[in-house]
Amino acid sequence: MLDKTGIAKRIAQELQDGWYVNLGIGIPTLIANYVPEGLNVVFQSENGILGMGPFPFEGEEDADLINAGKQTITAMPGAAIFDSAMSFAMIRGKHIQLTVLGAMEVADNGDIANWKIPGKMVKGMGGAMDLVASADNIIVAMMHTNRKGQSKLLRQCTLPLTGVKCVKKVVTNLAVLDITPDGFKLIERAPGVSVDAIEEATEGRLIIEGDIPEMKI
Amino acid sequence: MNKNVSNAAEAISGIKDNMTLMLGGFGLCGIPENCISALVNAEIMGLTCISNNAGVDDFGLGLLLKKRQIKKMISSYVGENQEFERQMLSGELEVDLIPQGSLAARCQAAGAGVPAFFTPAGYGTEVAIGKEVRYFDGKPHILENALQADFAIVKAWKGDRFGNLVYKGTARNFNPVMAMAGKITIAEVEHLVEPEELDPNNIHTPGVFVQRIFQGINYEKRIEQLTIRSADK
Repeated sequence: MLDKTGIAKRIAQELQDGWYVNLGIGIPTLIANYVPEGLNVVFQSENGILGMGPFPFEGEEDADLINAGKQTITAMPGAAIFDSAMSFAMIRGKHIQLTVLGAMEVADNGDIANWKIPGKMVKGMGGAMDLVASADNIIVAMMHTNRKGQSKLLRQCTLPLTGVKCVKKVVTNLAVLDITPDGFKLIERAPGVSVDAIEEATEGRLIIEGDIPEMKI
Repeated sequence: MNKNVSNAAEAISGIKDNMTLMLGGFGLCGIPENCISALVNAEIMGLTCISNNAGVDDFGLGLLLKKRQIKKMISSYVGENQEFERQMLSGELEVDLIPQGSLAARCQAAGAGVPAFFTPAGYGTEVAIGKEVRYFDGKPHILENALQADFAIVKAWKGDRFGNLVYKGTARNFNPVMAMAGKITIAEVEHLVEPEELDPNNIHTPGVFVQRIFQGINYEKRIEQLTIRSADK
């Protein structure tokens, strides 16, 4: 089974040279730490920067330089800064090759819910609805089950949706799964996790074809 | 041309109860601190505030929320403020949550004279309820209206008496699009400089969008999530 860092490391393997990538808050943010050697990837943060760099050293933080999670950041050589409309123009206009975000629920048709629990928690969608509505390549990074042990990979989302039929791939602590017209297709197992365990933790339609390899982290 | 006013109190003159305001900033980054304090002091009530976030409990728009001066918030993300959550869940505060990109585009549209536009963001979600849907290239889009405000209040790094503005870092965020959308736009700046000190090639907000400008004082520029890396890595 993977921890959050493991999920980030596995998703980092999906990165390709020359890509512009938007990372959401939480597990996705960690991916920036595991970019494979030799790959040039530019990270976008939707509050208005391309070329986001690592967190600053103590004493070098700048209140005027933050990411969408409101964390202090640095700017890489070649970075560009712009306003919110420009930022979402590049998102809506499909100039960003990969979006990785967290989710509360994903359905086997690619629907995603991640912004609201009616009556309990309303934080807002932030930029998530814009991102999932426009990006061609969306990977969800999340735990396979919630704190009560219930599956987060469902036949149908129960929470208010963030976007419809948009998720392409899900990487969890248990597995890598592609979204296909017939449901979640199991691609890889996390180290030490059996196909049975993944089946048990997945409520949505699960397609298992042949031997399922273990992830290489 | 001289749009210079002396301070925040003078800049907000004309803002009355029940008006709609736009306030720039992302989190606490690039917020008009001086004007928010002036609005608190002026005890203007019943405000509708359009701002990406709602501040934290004791800073930013949280200061207006604490005094119950805000009737309605139009935002994309409000997760950092317990008083906000309490007022919203109890029904004291009306809240309209809209996707961040649509929020930016709706401000920009108002400033650019575009009454509405189609966007894919929010299709199939609560956001799309009651909105016209149209297909372009086989893909569904929803109609979003421009967002207007009686006053837009923005914060820039540098500005001149013509109202030309230059922002610093990611404190730019919503400020340029909101500056375009106010019937009256107030800009507070860290440095009010002589016009010849700003390079015309590098103006972010052309002065035509700004009606009042002043040099702010005592900027706190609070950091919401101080995150550092250890030096030994």
